[in-house]
This record gives sequence, structure tokens and C-alpha cells, in this order.
Amino acid sequence: MLGTLLFQGLVGLSGAMYLWLVSAGLTLIFGVLRVLNFAHGSLYMLGAYLALTLVTSLHQPFWSALLLGAAGVAAVGVVLERVFIRPVYRLPIAYQLLLTFGFVLIFDDLVKIVWGPIYQVPPMPPSLGGAVLVLGRPYPVYNLFIMGAGAAVALLLWAVLDLTRWGKLVRAASSDREMAAAVGINVPWVFAEVFAFGAALAALGGALTVPVQTVSPGMGEGIIITAFIVVVIGGLGNLWGAFVGALLIGLLQAYGTLFVPVFDLALAFIVMALVLIWRPEGLFGGRPA
Amino acid sequence: MSGSAGSRAAVGGASAASRAWPLAAWAVVVAGLLLFPLVGRGFALFFLARIAILALFAMGFNLLFGYAGLLSFGHAAFYSAGAYTAGFILKAYPSLLAGVVGGVVVASLLGLVIGFFCVRHIDIYFAMLTLAFGMLVFSLVWKWVALTGGDNGFIGIPRAPLVLPGVGPVSMTPIGHYYEFVMAVTILTVAGLWRIVQSPFGLVLRALRENPERVEFAGIPMRRYRLTAFVLSAAVAGLAGTLLAPLENTVGPETAHWATSGEPVLASLLGGASTFTGPIVGAVLLELIKEVVERHTQYWLLAMGTVLVILVLGFRGGVVGGLGALLRRLRPGPTPQAAPADPPAATEP
Repeated sequence: MLGTLLFQGLVGLSGAMYLWLVSAGLTLIFGVLRVLNFAHGSLYMLGAYLALTLVTSLHQPFWSALLLGAAGVAAVGVVLERVFIRPVYRLPIAYQLLLTFGFVLIFDDLVKIVWGPIYQVPPMPPSLGGAVLVLGRPYPVYNLFIMGAGAAVALLLWAVLDLTRWGKLVRAASSDREMAAAVGINVPWVFAEVFAFGAALAALGGALTVPVQTVSPGMGEGIIITAFIVVVIGGLGNLWGAFVGALLIGLLQAYGTLFVPVFDLALAFIVMALVLIWRPEGLFGGRPA
Repeated sequence: MSGSAGSRAAVGGASAASRAWPLAAWAVVVAGLLLFPLVGRGFALFFLARIAILALFAMGFNLLFGYAGLLSFGHAAFYSAGAYTAGFILKAYPSLLAGVVGGVVVASLLGLVIGFFCVRHIDIYFAMLTLAFGMLVFSLVWKWVALTGGDNGFIGIPRAPLVLPGVGPVSMTPIGHYYEFVMAVTILTVAGLWRIVQSPFGLVLRALRENPERVEFAGIPMRRYRLTAFVLSAAVAGLAGTLLAPLENTVGPETAHWATSGEPVLASLLGGASTFTGPIVGAVLLELIKEVVERHTQYWLLAMGTVLVILVLGFRGGVVGGLGALLRRLRPGPTPQAAPADPPAATEP
């Protein structure tokens, strides 16, 4: 029994990592730009589709598909931010949600137009296939790889934001955009770069699902709602909170399917409601990243 | 329409005339709608009933968004609660009124519970919480197969006869009869909502949207007002749902999905969320666009998304707001106040 619990925990941890990648970009963008991007799940979906095409049609190795997919979506992100989202910075948050919601609808249909209803799963990259024995049960190597990737992204984010010059610019623009502009920081470009960075993270998350999950037009909507829950639980704009929130929800979903299968969808919503009642700003809220 | 508030400032005969005109226009619209079955039939009646239902749904939503400044992404919960409850009742006890009243009661109670948690928050947190509760209801509807029929929907809902005190049972099977019922309910509800938004209660809601701090300093219990608005809004959305169930004879889980929550948002924005009639005009346009787009292409989401982006970027006043601004520019003199001002205005801290 204990073995089952621990094993299911491992399953939950790997699931949490996709969620973390999406939530990290979402909360980073919110922390700096103060825009909650409904279309973030669509960027995740776009990353998956691009990676799929790169692997199956263009015969790229998995690694370059990951990077090229993320880069492609980052480019889409720059256009999205510069052309469409910039004009709504000054509007109330409801309009930012509505604008990005419009893009959720647009991306869903665009993906159907470009890719059609394909559902094939490309072969697992050989170096990541197979399974190892954990607690006497076979555990997929790919899941271990996902956990490593999630941890690596967490480290990378910390290093970039806390140690580099660019990280300083981002933090400056995030805490006071007028002051940052006054001391000569090109704030609009920092915003575009942050948006592109967040989009790339989402796309990476999407691309990483490609060898193990089917790619479909609805996949963005599924994850964006869960990611919203994660960042709201963690505190909007707080990266550390998003990490903890992703782990929490990932584990909850894994154990939920084990213990209360009928109610597993609802568990995350209940936890979010409870957290918001107890701490309206989220667990780590108050201070943006 | 929008002239009544500002016309008090105008002098003499102009005020009487500007008050009479909207009234006459409303009378013509109401008469036209009620007499329509004399000329139209079949699909046209069905289509108009659907528009009326969406209009009600959007009016309910916009009481929160346009007046109280709260953007809900979860109103499908109340809509589907109304629809399913009406379906259950009608199947067990064939009385149209019982189904409608029961559905509204259940939707209001659900609104009371969900609203209790949501009205503590504003802006994003409010939107996210309503979205979360909405999806909670969706997952319940989806998974509770024994009660709701799950994916297949709840089927075989009869269009039960209407029994009024003093009047014998009126059969609702002919679409013409049911159309009259839907229109009557819609018109009465719209009139009721007009009374509400013109009342001191409506004024407080608008004040809450514009400047919550000041309202609180004035000693007004903010949360209680927001909760009352939330429950009212849920009740109207639920009413729209109860009308849908007998019209379609089935209710599916998609009525609870967040895509359904998006429809009143779109309708309100399209027509003009800052105006009373905006959601009605928006509902008409939305159903028309849907009908045309779906006939020519399967990419309905693409069209709707594009419309939404264009509206947010360029036409936040919507059709009614845009026309109102145009009229005011053409007609010099004292500018009449539009019912509520631009809903988003000045909500930013």
C-alpha cells in the first residue's frame, strides 16, 4: 500500500512538471506585464503541434524539435504582444482577459485549419524510451526525464532572473515601469522579451508532451484552466508559488484518480476555492517575482 | 432608452418628447415580437426564441459586468442548473410553470453559494473563481451520469402545458404557443431588470463599479450588494436555461461548459456592455452571425475570436454604445447620460 502511494506520487510529480512549465510562463508574464494571458494554453498547444510537425514531417531529432518549436512560438509571442496586447495595457483587466480569450478561439480553429484532425503520436526518442524499476514497478524513463527538465527550468529561471543583467532589467520593469523607463530601460522591449520567454516555456511544455500524449486542438483549454488554478493558488506573479502550486495540483490529480476517480476533475477547483477563502492573495501572494 | 436620465436636465416640452419616444419604440418592438407568429412560422419562431433566451442570459450576465463591474466566466453554471432542473421537473411533473420556477430557484440557490465565495474578490480573482466554480459544475454534470445522462445529455424533456390559475391548460406543443410564452417571460424580465437598474440599488451597483472605496466609506455594505447582484444575475441566467430545456427537448453538458459562459460575454460586448439594451442587440447579432458563419464554414470559433479581438481593440462601446456616441455627436445640446458609463472606466486602482 505504501509502495502504491509513493509510486502514484512519482506519477503525480511528472505530471506536475508540464503544469509547472505552463504556469511559470503565465505567472512570469503576469508578474512583469500585469496581463493574465488566457491564450497561454494555446501557445502550449502550438508548441506541441510545431514539435509534432518537426519530428514527423521534417524528420528532425526530438531535441531540435523542442528548441525550434519553442523558438517558433516565442516569435509568435512577440507578434502577439507587440501588435495586440500592448494596446490593452491601460484597460481594465477584464478587457485583457477578453482579448486573450479571443485568441484562444482563433488559435483553436487555426490549428484545425493548418494541421487538420491529426492524432498520431510520434515515436519516443530511443534514448528516453523504456522503463526502470522503481519500488519494484516499472517506471517510464521519459517521466524521469520530464522531472529533470522541470527542475532544470526552475534552476534556469532562478539563475536568469537573479543573476543576469537581463534579469535585473526584468525585475526593475516589473516593480516600477515608469522608474525603469526613466533610468533608460527600454521597457516595451523588456515586456516583449518577457512575453516571448514565457511563450517559449509554454511551448516547451507542449512539445514535451508530444511523445506521450495525443495532440489535439482542445489541449490548450484543458491546461490553461489548471494553470490558472496553479498560479492563483501560488499567488499571481510569484514563480516560487507557481512551482509549489504545480506540485500540489499535480500530486492532487494523481491521488485523485486513485481515490476519488469520479471527482478528480473537481478536486483542483475545490482546493483553489479553499486557498482563496483562506488566503485571497494565494499562498505566496503579495510580492510579485 | 438612454435619454431618460439626462432628459431631466433638459427643459419643458423637449423632456416629455424625449421620454415618449423610447416608450413608443419599446411598444412597437414588443407588439411586433408578440404578433410575429401571425406571419412567421417554424424555424423563424424557433430562431427568435433562441435569440430571446440568449438575450436573457446576456442580460443576467451584464447586470454583473456592465453595472457592478464584475466579469464572470462561469455563468454557464447557472444557465445549465436552470436547464437541467427544468428538465428533471418537466419529466416528472408536466407543468411548464413548475419547471421554470423550480429551475430559477435552484439556479438562484447555486448563485447564492457560489456568489458567497466569489464576491469577496474583484477583477482577475473574481473572473478566475467564477471560471473555477463553473468548471466544477461542468465536471459534476459530466460525471454524474445517473442523474444527468452525462455525455448523452438529458433527453426527452416534454414541452409541458402551461397551467395558470383561472385558465385551463394551454398546450405548448405548437412552437407558436411556446414562442409566445418565451417572449412574454423575456419581456417581463427585461422590464423588471429595467426597474432594478433604475432603482437606488442599481445606482449603488454602478457606484461600486466606479469607486468601491468611496462607497464603502459611505457605509454601504459592499459585499451584500455584490452578492444580491450576483444572485439576481444567476437567477436570470437560470431562467434563460429553463426556457431552453423545453425548446430543445434535451439538455447537454455543453450548456455548463466555459464556452457557453463565453456567449453572454460576447453578446454583451458586441451590443455594448455599458448600455441596458446592449446585451439584447448583441444576442440578436451573435445568433445571426452564428447562423451565417455556420452555414458557410465550420470555423465558427475563428470568426468569433476575430470579432472579439476587434471589439476589444477598437469598439469597446459595442453597437449600441457606438450608435449612442454617434447620435450624441449629431445632436448638439445637453448630452444625455448613457445608462452606465463605460463599464471599464476608472476601475483601475
